Amino acid sequence: MSDTQSPEPKGAIARFLAASPDSVGKTIFVAVAICLVASMIVSAAAVSLRPVQEANKLKDKQVNVLQVAGVYESGINVTEAFAAFEPHVLDLATGEFVDDQFDPATFDDQAAASDPDLSVALDSDPAGIGRKAKYRVIYLLRDDSGALDKVILPLHGYGLWSTLYGFIALESNGNDIFGLQFYQHGETPGLGAEVDNPRWKELWNGKKLRDDAGELQITVSKTQPAAGPDFYVDALAGATLTSVGVDNLVKFWMGDAGYGPFLTKLQAGDL
Amino acid sequence: MSQTKKELLVDPLVDNNPITLQVLGICSALAVTSSLQVAFVMALAVTFVTAFASMFISILRNQIPGSIRIIVQMVIIASLVILVDQILKAYAFQISKTLSVFVGLIITNCIVMGRAEAFAMKNPPMASFIDGVGNGLGYGLILLLVGFIRELFGSGSLFGVTILQTVNNGGWYVPNGLLLLPPSAFFVIGLLIWAFRTWKPKQVEEREYKIQQVEAH
Repeated sequence: MSDTQSPEPKGAIARFLAASPDSVGKTIFVAVAICLVASMIVSAAAVSLRPVQEANKLKDKQVNVLQVAGVYESGINVTEAFAAFEPHVLDLATGEFVDDQFDPATFDDQAAASDPDLSVALDSDPAGIGRKAKYRVIYLLRDDSGALDKVILPLHGYGLWSTLYGFIALESNGNDIFGLQFYQHGETPGLGAEVDNPRWKELWNGKKLRDDAGELQITVSKTQPAAGPDFYVDALAGATLTSVGVDNLVKFWMGDAGYGPFLTKLQAGDL
Repeated sequence: MSQTKKELLVDPLVDNNPITLQVLGICSALAVTSSLQVAFVMALAVTFVTAFASMFISILRNQIPGSIRIIVQMVIIASLVILVDQILKAYAFQISKTLSVFVGLIITNCIVMGRAEAFAMKNPPMASFIDGVGNGLGYGLILLLVGFIRELFGSGSLFGVTILQTVNNGGWYVPNGLLLLPPSAFFVIGLLIWAFRTWKPKQVEEREYKIQQVEAH
């Protein structure tokens, strides 16, 4: 070691530094000092970077809403394009908007799902989500004349390894699917993660949720069900469990426990 | 000092590679090598953490009490890792989404800890920093090699750019699904170790046992 130590260190600090690092006092001092300095650096970084991180999260969500509605092109101004979407807080049980109770711009429905006051535990839980928020933020897209064009509904459920979070875009009749897209999941790359494959996502376009009798018929499976091709999306090859998960979560959220009441209202034109 | 700065930087690339020779940091090498882009960012993150952790630990090496040295090293390493994680979340959001927990798990990467304990505690800051960079790059080199093989044959692309058009996208290439799963990295890393040791026979370890020749009675 190249460090030279003067025979008689001057001053308290110099004496302290020269003291054996193994003394009890110094051990405690070093432990406390290191923890203080490290915690200051870490918290400074966390606090100062939080605004940028939250902006990223928000933008990511907005991009996904734009993508599922089919208006996203790379390079567009996301904030501007997103302004065309009308956010509303929806009471799932009644299918009514409760914008007067919650601010749609700031309401966090993912956090609400773990708040006992804002969520309910599920007895029948095919989507594997445990608790369901009573309120969710949905988006309406209107065309130039102000008529309803598309409805964007968030949904999530368990696949093989992870919870898949996504959006489904419905046409204004509340029954025709425009698109389905997941923005967060941890499925196997190349197999389950093919839910992100544009060719598979395209399959959803034009499918219908319910038949003329009002029965929920939409299915993700390997073989076409009796209801016919309008209600059938081919399962992903090599990703049986992810496909089953997607099937369950779409059925759950489109059913009576999910957006059912709202969709009924939408079809009746009560909006 | 026995090694020059250049040796400190270059040795861990092939001659003393942390993955292929020391067989450290395997967990993350399995987890993050299914695509090159992720492997690349992970390599950068590990290089950054190893270099700065070694440097700070080396600066403090004469003050760190022996009895709590591992904990002190861990605190420094963990702080740097959290810093990297926060920066990625702020400025490389998409990539941080794919890396998810693996950035946090750099803390448990044996390479970082190994260099801190084996090198930085006994050497001056500059040498420790270079040693950290070298080892990070050695780790990164293997990560990129494994990532290259896994992404090319597993998804038919490199850095997300399609090279072999896969059947799923209307092409001809049937991708090898095994290569997308973590266990395949065992095979690839194993083959790499074999290749390295054939190229540099000095790396072959001596057997720990010897088969005894029993004399006939």
